[in-house]
Amino acid sequence: MKILVCITHVPDTTSKITFTDNETQLNKDGLQFVIGPYDDYALSRAVELKEQLGGTVTALNVGLVETEPTIRKALAIGADDAIRINVEPTDAFFVAEQIAAVAKEENYDLILMGRESSDFNGGQVHGMVGEMLGIPSLSPIGHLDMEGTVAKMAREIEGGKEYLEATLPLVLGCQEPIAEWKIPNMRGIMSARKKPLKVVEPQGEAQKTKGITYEMPPVKAECKMIEADNAAELIGFLKNEAKIL
Amino acid sequence: MSILVFVEVNEGEARSSSLEAVSYAVELGKQMDKPVSAFVLGNHLSGDKLAAIGNYGVSKVIHAQDDRLNDGVIQAYAQTVSQIFDKESADILVLAKSSMGDAVAARVAARAKAALASNVTELPDLSAGFKVKRGVYTGKAFQITELNADKKILALRKGAYTAPPGAGTAEVEAFSPSLEDADFGAKITKTDKITGEVLLPEADLVVSGGRGLKGPENWGMVEELAKELGAATGCSKPVSDLGWRPHHEHVGQTGVKVSPQLYIAAGISGAIQHLAGVSSSKCIVVINKDPEAPFFKAADYGIVGDAFDVLPKLTEALKASK
Repeated sequence: MKILVCITHVPDTTSKITFTDNETQLNKDGLQFVIGPYDDYALSRAVELKEQLGGTVTALNVGLVETEPTIRKALAIGADDAIRINVEPTDAFFVAEQIAAVAKEENYDLILMGRESSDFNGGQVHGMVGEMLGIPSLSPIGHLDMEGTVAKMAREIEGGKEYLEATLPLVLGCQEPIAEWKIPNMRGIMSARKKPLKVVEPQGEAQKTKGITYEMPPVKAECKMIEADNAAELIGFLKNEAKIL
Repeated sequence: MSILVFVEVNEGEARSSSLEAVSYAVELGKQMDKPVSAFVLGNHLSGDKLAAIGNYGVSKVIHAQDDRLNDGVIQAYAQTVSQIFDKESADILVLAKSSMGDAVAARVAARAKAALASNVTELPDLSAGFKVKRGVYTGKAFQITELNADKKILALRKGAYTAPPGAGTAEVEAFSPSLEDADFGAKITKTDKITGEVLLPEADLVVSGGRGLKGPENWGMVEELAKELGAATGCSKPVSDLGWRPHHEHVGQTGVKVSPQLYIAAGISGAIQHLAGVSSSKCIVVINKDPEAPFFKAADYGIVGDAFDVLPKLTEALKASK
């Protein structure tokens, strides 16, 4: 099995998000960056499949040099080598083009990534890569098992699950419970320093979307407290004050 | 050039999130002076119901009536939508975010070299170029995004635009897509799906429970309140991790993001990851024993009390008020 895992470099999910430069840039001061939480599931499953079936896992990130510690963490978790495409990932189409260009040369059996990045939440890149390569793309995948060259999967749909089978190659957007997150051990961290990390320059068309400014959600008014003994009053407030019911 | 809008079907009815997308597309069509058509794939919607999409303001509904589209096979869906997009010489595709909508949007965008914006929360600003507001950082912020390609695809978050239905009828036009075996490469072997209940991602009202409910055997009181309200049920991440509730009910950063009118949280402390999934709710009610629970800071109404005591009281009060 030759597996490509695409990872994002995003603020930890507990981060407080603020912006600078007239609300045009993410304020990175004090933020801790991690492998995207969904990508972490994809990477963990890829490493498990490699351990079961043999093969290789390549980690790929589209990002500037600041993402290299995150890529090294993926190598510490069990990827064999890594590719960084040296450009800021701001447009899904452009990112997908970069991944598809690498995949066309390397013929991966499986291309895994998170269902969406936790910064822009688009959930678009896996589908675009699938279309660019002319192979199936499925997301969000919560179970993946291999039987020869056939992948058996469960995909979450609104109100339930869909079970699928498809022959490799495939592109999958992953989420829990596809695997448990792996914590890198000391041996992994030591060996990650020596694993190859190739830097590639971007190619392809101009970006099709452009971020202009950011806005914060409106600040909530103070919470109105109701005594537990008078809980029934809530229904009146929802009807007459909030005008919802 | 025209605008197309994708209408998904659930249990023999057009999905409410898709009908919101139709209203959005119709309003956008008025602003841009472009004709708007809706399209439906597969044969789950009766002829009357196809024509009734006209109540939301479209004059034409394109019906891809191939039986092979009765199952939602992503590649076949994307192939069909691409063909409709080309045939109609459309330059804008509008759809509601969903497990199918997202997949179709991405594949059609890759083929059409379209600019795609997801999590769009309101109508675009057309005053200079084409700019949309979209949710980013999992509900913690918004980005104003400019779409620079000739063709554009908008995947809408729930509540981006709503309009009450009128009384129109659409002309239904049959369409036969050209599909190959390769489009059906991923085979759906089985589907497990709740029926007869409100789907969580498109629910206007949601009642959620957390670890404070102590065990799956206590979910009856959540379900009773939800039933009385006509709400969907949700839960926190620990609850789905513990297997008390199925993962498709998990609301939060790594689960379902909801944007209902009303979100009632019982026994959920309000970790930042949970708040990220509910922050676009219009009104939030928090019920928690701990007055220091962080969720109260994000709430509109708070009740400090035991969910075991408060939830049944709310159900009773609701029954009494009818």
